[in-house]
Amino acid sequence: MTGLYRRLSAAFGPEVPGLLGFLVLVLVVFGVFAPNFLTGANFGSIAFQLPELGLLTLAMLMPIISGGFNLAIIYTANMAGLTLAFVLKQYGGVDAGYWPFILGTVLAIGVGALSGAVMGAVIAYVGAHPILVSLAMMIFLRGLGEFLTRGGDISGFPAWMATLGHGTVLGIPVPLILFLVCAVLWHILLTHTRHGFSVRMIGSNIRAAGYSGLHTRRTLILIYTLSGIMCAIAGILMLSRFNSVRVGHGEALLLVTVLACFLGGVDPFGGFGRVLPVVIALIVLQVLSSGLNLLGANQHLSTAVWGLFLVGVMILRWGAGWISERRRRGR
Amino acid sequence: MPADAVPPDALRFSGISKIFGGVKAVDDVSFTVGAGEVHCLAGENGCGKSTLIKIITGVYQPEPGAGMEIFGQAYAQISPTQARRAGIAVIWQDLALFAEMTVAENIAFETMLGNRPRAVSYARLHQVAAAALARLDVEIDLDARLGSLPIAQRQIVAIARALVSDARLIFMDEPTASLTQSETDALLAVVRTLSARGVAVVFVSHRLAEVLEISSRVTVLRDGKLVGVFPTDGLTQSRLTELMTGTVIAHDVMARDTGDNPEVLRIEGLTRAGEFEDISLSLRAGEVLGLTGLIGAGRTELCHTLFGMTRPDRGRIVLNGQDLQLRSNRDAVAAGIAYVSEDRLALGLIQPQSIADNTVLSVLRQITGAGGLLSSRKKDATVSHWISELAVKIGTPADAVSTLSGGNQQRVVLAKWLATRPKVLLLDCPTVGVDVGARAGIFRIVRALAEKGLAILLVSDEVPEVFLNADRVLHMAGGRIAHEWDPRQTGLPEMEAAVYA
Repeated sequence: MTGLYRRLSAAFGPEVPGLLGFLVLVLVVFGVFAPNFLTGANFGSIAFQLPELGLLTLAMLMPIISGGFNLAIIYTANMAGLTLAFVLKQYGGVDAGYWPFILGTVLAIGVGALSGAVMGAVIAYVGAHPILVSLAMMIFLRGLGEFLTRGGDISGFPAWMATLGHGTVLGIPVPLILFLVCAVLWHILLTHTRHGFSVRMIGSNIRAAGYSGLHTRRTLILIYTLSGIMCAIAGILMLSRFNSVRVGHGEALLLVTVLACFLGGVDPFGGFGRVLPVVIALIVLQVLSSGLNLLGANQHLSTAVWGLFLVGVMILRWGAGWISERRRRGR
Repeated sequence: MPADAVPPDALRFSGISKIFGGVKAVDDVSFTVGAGEVHCLAGENGCGKSTLIKIITGVYQPEPGAGMEIFGQAYAQISPTQARRAGIAVIWQDLALFAEMTVAENIAFETMLGNRPRAVSYARLHQVAAAALARLDVEIDLDARLGSLPIAQRQIVAIARALVSDARLIFMDEPTASLTQSETDALLAVVRTLSARGVAVVFVSHRLAEVLEISSRVTVLRDGKLVGVFPTDGLTQSRLTELMTGTVIAHDVMARDTGDNPEVLRIEGLTRAGEFEDISLSLRAGEVLGLTGLIGAGRTELCHTLFGMTRPDRGRIVLNGQDLQLRSNRDAVAAGIAYVSEDRLALGLIQPQSIADNTVLSVLRQITGAGGLLSSRKKDATVSHWISELAVKIGTPADAVSTLSGGNQQRVVLAKWLATRPKVLLLDCPTVGVDVGARAGIFRIVRALAEKGLAILLVSDEVPEVFLNADRVLHMAGGRIAHEWDPRQTGLPEMEAAVYA
């Protein structure tokens, strides 16, 4: 058992074995107590719900590792969704073909990237704190979006777009495939590229990183641009799942993405964090919420349980650190 | 002190031991400080100094069998409260002051603790604080926000605070580490004032010149054991170093003639307003050029310009015959200039990150493999090459660099820059926070690099360092080059006299 723990820790980071343990525990508890929990239908619904939150969490993850924050993820996502919606509306709405979709997607990603690039540039050159800059962007985008939509929904998209939000390929939900592809890309980007390396170094000490010759400003702009692009992907997915866009879609998810990052062992002070533990944390959150749902609990109660879960994990991590310190000293 | 009223010793500790996890951090040490004496506690990092101070101040309990006496009163056990009541105060390096509060509040806040008075009386705070500063013969604006003061004045505030709580014995941990020479002199004057008024001071410092100047006796620890207690009269820096490290360190002038080597770096009339004026110098391959001067003389500012961090107003930087227009430090690195910062903690290394990552930080392109992805094979090879090349003592490369000692950290900084294959190495105070014993190791590396043809600019505010280790010495004062010396012709006393004039 300890050998397995060590191998898992070495390969995926010290957070992974603990989180997997949590996942198994949650699965067993709900498997015993919740009817219909261990069924394909339940896991199918988890697999459809996870990707939205997952993509938004990836968008939050990279800024947090760099010691920053992106409060604008939800509105960036919906602004990108609106962009796509406008293009589709322009080219026939329900009757729109593939080309408007492709054009709209490109523009939507462009809007996400632009929103991120502007934030990144302000953070890099003005030196303002990312929380302030992204707060400003969040409020700007919300106001702009409400102005453009007059606070309402936009709906009426081609029926085939439902495939993106609700279809499956070889039995695997399309949104899940999209999320997994993005997660793998994010993992490679963060652990195997110069950009990812720079993100971690900047997160720990941006001045020392700059002294060592890293291009800190360019890296910051790229971080927020990539985050914005990830938001846009989430926005396009949200559009196709709800078959409508509203500026405030998914507002409640903003802080849940932060919760998922911290559950996944990302250092709140920056410099450390990996994709895989965050993905497992997301699965645990989603399983918790669907299990409680099956037990007949209210949706609000499951949010409360999420909060307790984070506190519990922090206490366990503190305990594990305390025990290993005792062992080290005892030796 | 009048002879008819000889006061008891401030401290009489004997047979002090402390075991942590089976390791004797302090092993049967005796420590005595006379009333009003300025005493120095010397030893390398990890020799047990901090542990001993923590035992005396009641933070740790010693192993049974210890004799503890403070101002003539014997104690079986000491708690931090008892130590404070007995008149012992410690001023740690971080000073533990409140940056957002005023000088008066920082000095006198303890008089406002407890149940009474219930309301804070600012008039009384001022009175108490002013009295404490007067005892030190110092004037500081009582209403200034502490954070706005230079570090030297904050230190005085910390001392004044200790006096308010009736301290008769003050420990000072590396008090001069971040002070300029004139600030250090001012602090030493305050210490003398304290001593003259009967307050004993225990000085912990790496700067041996200071230790010998201020204290009357020095207690030397090594590996947790007492080496001995020595009067400072007649003790030399090199003898004290030997006592601390247990080894004899060669103190010979290393200067050689490098006049035949090709010129690598030439600076002509380099000026940056308010920082340095009209600097011209030439640096040859294989040469170690010393640059000394007081803090604020413009040395670090010059390095920053040579490293592309700041733009000069006038003048030329010529590297291997080509004019350099540096727009950023990335340009400088690409041109072959490397800079070891004086501030290793904040700028030299990314402390929480691993030794491996810190080593390859400057050469990410070198370790990039197929498809633009980082190659862990190339990374491991680069890291292990430099770790062994510079004999860095580490656990594993994945450990945080903050777990290393100062000397080993500095080797990682050197590894990071040597990996870029520089032609010019700017070393800005490379031995700050490095043990006396480990300094020799750093300079051996510097010498070996010079032998291989690297051109090195060695900046230091310790004149003996450049005197011993450089081939040529430049003295910078007020932003200009004031003297050029050959250590084989000009003696150390003459250099020091000019620098500290």
